[in-house]
Amino acid sequence: MNSSVIVFPGSNCDRDIAVALEKLQFQNKMVWHKDTSLPKSDLIVVPGGFSYGDYLRSGAIAAKSNILNEVIKAANDGCLVLGICNGFQILTETGLLRGVLLRNINLKFLGKDIYVKAVNIDNKFCNKYKKDQLLRLNIAHNEGNYFTNPNHLKELEDKNLIPFKYCDENGNINEQSNPNGSLNNIAGIFNEKKNILGIMPHPERMVDQIISNNDGANLFASLLN
Amino acid sequence: MKITNAVVEKHGLKTEEYSKIKELLKREPNLLELGIFSAMWNEHCSYKSSRIHLKNLPTKGKQVIQGPGENAGVIDIGDNDAIIFKIESHNHPSYIEPYQGAATGVGGILRDVFTMGARPIALLNSIHFGSPDHPKTRTLLNGVVSGIGGYGNCIGIPTVAGEIKFNSTYNENILVNAMAVGCVKKDKIFYSKAKGLNKSVVYVGSKTGRDGIHGASMASAEFDENSEDKKPTVQVGDPFTEKLLMEACLELMKGNSIISIQDMGAAGLTSSSVEMVSKGDLGMELYLDKVPCREEDMTPYEMMLSESQERMLIILEDKKEEEAKKIFEKWDLDFAVIGKTTNTNNLTLKFKNEIVGEIPIDALASKAPIYNRKWTKSKLPEKKINIKDLKKIKLEDALFKILFSPNQSNKSWVTDQFDQMVMTDTAQRSGSDAAIIRIHKKEKAIAVTVDSSANYCKAHPYTGGKQIVCENWRNLISVGAKPIAITNCLNFGNPENAKVMGEFAECLLGIKEACEFLDFPVVSGNVSFYNGTNKKNIYPTPVIGGVGLIKNTKNKINHLLKKNGNIILQIGKTFGHLYQSVFFEEIYSLREGPPPEINLSNEKNNGEAVLKLINDRLVFSVHDISAGGLILAFAEMSLSSGCGLKIDRPKKLSNSMEYYFGEDQGRYLIEIEPINLNKVKKILEENNIFNESVATVQNDYFEIPDTLKIHINDLYKANNKWYNNY
Repeated sequence: MNSSVIVFPGSNCDRDIAVALEKLQFQNKMVWHKDTSLPKSDLIVVPGGFSYGDYLRSGAIAAKSNILNEVIKAANDGCLVLGICNGFQILTETGLLRGVLLRNINLKFLGKDIYVKAVNIDNKFCNKYKKDQLLRLNIAHNEGNYFTNPNHLKELEDKNLIPFKYCDENGNINEQSNPNGSLNNIAGIFNEKKNILGIMPHPERMVDQIISNNDGANLFASLLN
Repeated sequence: MKITNAVVEKHGLKTEEYSKIKELLKREPNLLELGIFSAMWNEHCSYKSSRIHLKNLPTKGKQVIQGPGENAGVIDIGDNDAIIFKIESHNHPSYIEPYQGAATGVGGILRDVFTMGARPIALLNSIHFGSPDHPKTRTLLNGVVSGIGGYGNCIGIPTVAGEIKFNSTYNENILVNAMAVGCVKKDKIFYSKAKGLNKSVVYVGSKTGRDGIHGASMASAEFDENSEDKKPTVQVGDPFTEKLLMEACLELMKGNSIISIQDMGAAGLTSSSVEMVSKGDLGMELYLDKVPCREEDMTPYEMMLSESQERMLIILEDKKEEEAKKIFEKWDLDFAVIGKTTNTNNLTLKFKNEIVGEIPIDALASKAPIYNRKWTKSKLPEKKINIKDLKKIKLEDALFKILFSPNQSNKSWVTDQFDQMVMTDTAQRSGSDAAIIRIHKKEKAIAVTVDSSANYCKAHPYTGGKQIVCENWRNLISVGAKPIAITNCLNFGNPENAKVMGEFAECLLGIKEACEFLDFPVVSGNVSFYNGTNKKNIYPTPVIGGVGLIKNTKNKINHLLKKNGNIILQIGKTFGHLYQSVFFEEIYSLREGPPPEINLSNEKNNGEAVLKLINDRLVFSVHDISAGGLILAFAEMSLSSGCGLKIDRPKKLSNSMEYYFGEDQGRYLIEIEPINLNKVKKILEENNIFNESVATVQNDYFEIPDTLKIHINDLYKANNKWYNNY
């Protein structure tokens, strides 16, 4: 499978995701933000970091970059797109995903391991997980507090467009297990066609037992299925 | 402008120093030149009070590629890999403006590391605040922690370890020390020494603004009631630009166009240009009209003294300008040829086709003043307290009080604000004795940690100096690393005070002896004097940052208890030394008597034996016994793992407080399987290592039979309350 990782000035998880993709046998290419065309890609990853220093609003400037026009076209043609952390913020800024990511509820940067539950696995990104499987992933963000309007929220729930929800180590999804204040403990969402996924936790940090664990690996492995 | 006495004083120069300037120039300086002298001759840049003591430190060894004198120290970790690291203070700016002060401290130390060609792989910090009751502490704590996080998180280097302490001695002068560690190929290390005539001097990075003018001079004076007015001397950081600068520099370094490179840190363009040509025995001519400026109508004085961040000075090989320019333009950074190297041995400054300043380089560097300041020796304090005369306290109450205290509380409120995982090579995060960073795409890893013991150093600087080196060494051993070398950040009061100077000299002597004995050389460092306000000096607070090597990341170990029924062996003897202990301080508000003694040969033998047991895979967990003594070491092992312990009562010492809270040095706890007990004991006895079994791992309860029995959850609650309530 061919993957492309977009690199913006200020991206800092671009190398990490490339390492994870290569470990899982993707043929990966790095794509510079000023480029005006994409290499042949089955998967496009918009990585984490602080694109353009988070100036104006996190993700706002990156959403207007040259390469994003191409990403939007590809996404609309059905290409798989994954936005992680800042990548998720960028995808909401482009409108490919709806809703916004607000400041964390405690107004502090949050860098720690959390648990998410794979509540919907019937999609290309999660088919290797078991339904309601708990994953220990790492978060590192200032703005991860997902918010959207009530109609859209209902649509996300009704159409199974929420793959992961924050929970505690026993799988309880509640206010105590919500690290950043996201509506309904949302850790990630799909677009309606489920080819575009945005998530705040970093699956690419969890693909190596010696560093952390392997809980993130199946997200990439699912795509190879 | 006429140079009056008042102008000289405002530049932080003494009358006799000004006379020396006139003598060296053979004339009166103009204001620009005076500013440059002030920037180069202040304590922060010139090390004029510390130099004669620093030269005694051991800085060599077969593991050392570059010792002090460059932007950072370099050590060899085999296979053509080298580690570049350094620690630096940003105390004064952080007190005036905590967020920016701390952030630019991180930015500055990162530049020191990537200037030499290394990609930074880890950040550490040592931060000291005043008493939690002091009205400023909360704001300072919040600002400093978010400033450190703000910079490191954005640039994408994991902040993996550190220490945070509270002590009223820092009420009006906090300490913010940041350490950066990078990795480089041994044959791609870059140095700052200029070479060759008529080579282009290139300015890259951010534009120059009016921020931070005289920052280094500000950091070389005591605070007074007007310190708040110094806010404009604090630089403003932009981690985004630094990220671009780092990537651009590392990209340029892949080629062969750089002769030498130096970051613009303290004293900005002045010190970077002078350092480069001073090392190369050359001169430099700068055309100040070419300096990229952020603000209009900037004067040469402002340009030369600005401490705007995220800037570098590079001397390029001939005809490489275009190639280099392309890279910096790709990253949207400024690139300007602003001068050339000359054979005049002068720093010549031109502005609007006129020479506006000309100073011999040696006047700024090698001929800068050096002082052998008066210093007094300190006596070992007497042991005057009889524990039996102190008000009795139950062991359980004392333990809870200490676990709840600000200094011993769980620090996750702080560390959760740092990205510890970015770069995905952090094999052990903060909370253990040392953090572990795997070398990218290799099996090996390095361990890193920072330590300080201000109470010990205050009580007896010489012993305290030895102690921190040993503690740092022990922390590296405890995660399975072979200690290699250290960097130090020497935070002291006013060097013109003989007592403070004595603290400095004697701490350094202690550091020297321990480093020599343990073959643990000092490869880089920083001195920060004038920490104090209105003649009140801080406790002497040298901070040691150590690096060790783990040959295979799989051999890493931590202090988390692993298995019920396992036996805890204590390495090293308990004598029950309570003077200067956490127990005395937290329970009786006593800071009395001598610090615990250091026996270097015990340290070495015990540490080497523990490392051998780890490498032989005979131990499940390791923890060193330090502040708070045996009971706190046990509690930390339980708290981090959620496992209980059944702890033996003291076998010999009659007083249980001395046994459980004593801070005798050179001790470790190791967890072993009962089946290996005889094998482990045999190895230890063959090496003459004192050991005894002191506890057994069990479920849920932290227990000393007939004394206390606490559920782990209660221990956890006590330890996790303080920050959230503050």
